[in-house]
Amino acid sequence: MTKEEILDILQQIKDPEIPNLSVIELGMIRDVEVNAPNAVIVRFTPTYSGCPATTLIKMEILQRLKAAGVEHIEIVEQLSPPWTTESFSPQALEKLRQAGIAPPHPHHKKGEDPPSLGIPCPYCESTDTKLLSAFGTTACKALYQCNSCGQPFDYFKCH
Amino acid sequence: MSKTFDTSTPSPASTLDAKIHYLFQLADNALIMGQRLCEWTGVAPELEIDLALCNIALDHLGQANAWYEYLVEIYPHPTDVDQLAFCRDEHQYYNITLTELPNGDFAQTIAKMALFSIFNYYLHDALRKCPDARIAAIAARSYKEIQYHRRYTSNWILRLGDGTDTSHERMQRALDIVWDHAFEAFAPSPADRIMHQHGIAPDLEQIKSLWEHEVHQLLHKATLSIPETGFTGYRAKSDGIHTEHMGYLLAEMQYMQRRYPNLQW
Repeated sequence: MTKEEILDILQQIKDPEIPNLSVIELGMIRDVEVNAPNAVIVRFTPTYSGCPATTLIKMEILQRLKAAGVEHIEIVEQLSPPWTTESFSPQALEKLRQAGIAPPHPHHKKGEDPPSLGIPCPYCESTDTKLLSAFGTTACKALYQCNSCGQPFDYFKCH
Repeated sequence: MSKTFDTSTPSPASTLDAKIHYLFQLADNALIMGQRLCEWTGVAPELEIDLALCNIALDHLGQANAWYEYLVEIYPHPTDVDQLAFCRDEHQYYNITLTELPNGDFAQTIAKMALFSIFNYYLHDALRKCPDARIAAIAARSYKEIQYHRRYTSNWILRLGDGTDTSHERMQRALDIVWDHAFEAFAPSPADRIMHQHGIAPDLEQIKSLWEHEVHQLLHKATLSIPETGFTGYRAKSDGIHTEHMGYLLAEMQYMQRRYPNLQW
């Protein structure tokens, strides 16, 4: 198997909490090494320390590659440099929006609280929105509500 | 109990012992913080607070897991993360006593979390630049999360301290209750000293002055008074001598692994 074929398989694996984004688009795959036709090393970067999706994603990587005929699979956890939302591609940001999740905002400084106002609503694009909770449905998200269309929505925090 | 704090005769017999003890300090702080915070799940004052406390608990458990994984690799005999987290006896845990204190009311939980997360913030800021690549990597990732913990709890200190008469009074009382326990963080254990000599752990005096500066400013802004410091000789971090609360915490936390050894979910 070639590296490209492996990457194609990994592209099929979605984050269970953001079902339209793959682990590659989320920047969790740092590298793939194909050492022999049937031996693959996947360098994997977990997101938040306590992210419950990590175990599930690792299991799915193993299962998918096994099913594709890879016999020796090693998943190496690579912590450094730490995972960041800065590695999101423009396509990934657009996909987040399509899933109803406001993507990380350029005015939101890393490590600061998410802005209390003005994160564009992924549903109606209004910026008349307010922060409901800095901690949302998962560790990586905050909760907002749109004052224009009334819709509550998740915001992917800059990290 | 006749342990000496003299640097020339440290209790860990080797550098490896000191490193193991030091990693337990980090891991156990995170584990016990996480365990306590989990007690709020489903019963926090508001849904948003419930979400926040559970998220922060999860961060701590994830951080603990990363430290225990490193411990498993350098431990002198075969073990695993579950054994280390759930099968040690009370005197083998080296968290600071602040983390094991009961949650009390919401103000007491916030007081504990704020004093701890400000300390944790400066500690991890130093560790993420340390020469041990693994410690630096775990600390760098944790540091990002601790920034949220520090902001969240500081905001609540401001809101409750500078809020109504009742919230002010309860916030002040909470700080008075937990205050002394925070200082255990700054009293160097033998492991702290040895790791500092190796350039891995920071100078705790320095961390303490950063902490004091920030905490004093925060309390001033929140119209709260700085509690008087009383007994600061707690020795859970250095000697595993805990408060009476730790036994109850462990009884609950360890029940499943003790009752059904090696259980898997």
